[in-house]
Amino acid sequence: MIAIVDYGMGNLRSVQKAFEKVGEEAVITSDPAVVQSADGVLLPGVGAFGDAMFHLKQSGLLEAVKNAAKHGTPLLGICLGMQLLFSASEEHGNHIGLNLIPGHVKRFKGKFKIPHVGWNELQVKRQHPLLDGVGKQEFVYYVHSYLVDPTDRNVILASSEYHGEVPAVVSYKNVHGAQFHPEKSASTGLRILSNFGKMCREGVATV
Amino acid sequence: MLTKRIIPCFDVKNGRVVKNVSFLTNERDAGDPVELSAYYEAAGADELVLLDITASVEGRSTMMDIVRRTTEQVFIPFTVGGGITSVDDIREILKAGADKVSVNTAAVKNPKLIAEGAKRFGQQCMVVAIDGKYDRNKGDWEVLIHGGRTSTGMSVIDWAKKAESLGAGEILLTSFDQDGKKDGYDLTLTRLVSEAVSIPVIASGGAGSKEHFYDVFTDGKADAALAASIFHFKETSVGEVKAYLKKKGVSIR
Repeated sequence: MIAIVDYGMGNLRSVQKAFEKVGEEAVITSDPAVVQSADGVLLPGVGAFGDAMFHLKQSGLLEAVKNAAKHGTPLLGICLGMQLLFSASEEHGNHIGLNLIPGHVKRFKGKFKIPHVGWNELQVKRQHPLLDGVGKQEFVYYVHSYLVDPTDRNVILASSEYHGEVPAVVSYKNVHGAQFHPEKSASTGLRILSNFGKMCREGVATV
Repeated sequence: MLTKRIIPCFDVKNGRVVKNVSFLTNERDAGDPVELSAYYEAAGADELVLLDITASVEGRSTMMDIVRRTTEQVFIPFTVGGGITSVDDIREILKAGADKVSVNTAAVKNPKLIAEGAKRFGQQCMVVAIDGKYDRNKGDWEVLIHGGRTSTGMSVIDWAKKAESLGAGEILLTSFDQDGKKDGYDLTLTRLVSEAVSIPVIASGGAGSKEHFYDVFTDGKADAALAASIFHFKETSVGEVKAYLKKKGVSIR
């Protein structure tokens, strides 16, 4: 069973229905005990980084997510949920993140349209069970104004191009992130969620 | 590379699609917005817009049921618009599973709605819909509200900039001069708005052929193009439009 962490931010129903579609059981929960005992943890999120960290702390879910990650439970952060996995963000001041993957979150900079909204091509850089069956010329749906800058670029499994490289999928031990919304990325996104579900059921902790 | 988006749109009244979508009658219930949404996802649509044109309270709860069912079956982003006047309305629609809401008249009357919605739910879910009509005397486009029945005296470009500064995530721009004519989008208006703001602009009104999509993505500088009857009446299909655009070198999913 996958625990979708409900800390008061984001559209959780879409993620749950997407897991249901691919035959994976997922519950929306704000109970730290449920998060810690789940086979997999999904950290969603839209909105601002600082607010999200505040709500995670207040609800007692921050420790639960960290503990689950420490114990090797597969964790997947989506969009802001992926950014929260990193050390710190410059969004509206400086905020400390979960620090499960070393690196920073920074804003897109330049004279182009921000946020980065729409379907962009996923370029797979490294094979990984999470991207099983994801081939060339597959597209995923993004909507974000900030992007991650991992200290070790090897954690980037796939990226897209938007006025530079945008890390799309990251993975560090059992901690994973998708900058785009797999639950809104049609068959490609469903495939990735299905892969994550399989990893959770099998208890795969890949490096 | 980021692709240009093709967005089918349909009007929903009392839980049913208003225009008769003739080509689906054999296989699916063409009047069911959820079935139609699933059809368009399979056909390659990048996003969907559902406009609720119901006036009654009962109709609203029917629409919420449709949003919930759409979320269960459709895995591309969808926007719900029509009759949204408060932050509570926005919350209800997003909670049911919609990704974005579009606000039009209510945002003109109460611009704070954009700021409050963006603050609570994020900029990404606030689509500001603007209906524009060319005013020959002024040589500028004016914002219309109440489905085009009321003039505001406001310039479309000024309002688009203001909406952006308040926290709009995207602009859904409909040309009232072109809407329903099927002889192409208003390229000048679309380009002017797209250049005036740094958020994505969805062009609407006037699509009658696949060439019109090409024009609005190149000359019109639109980030996305919305169309209704051209798809519903199978004058062309999402797949056909996309194949054409791809051949012409436009970045398409």
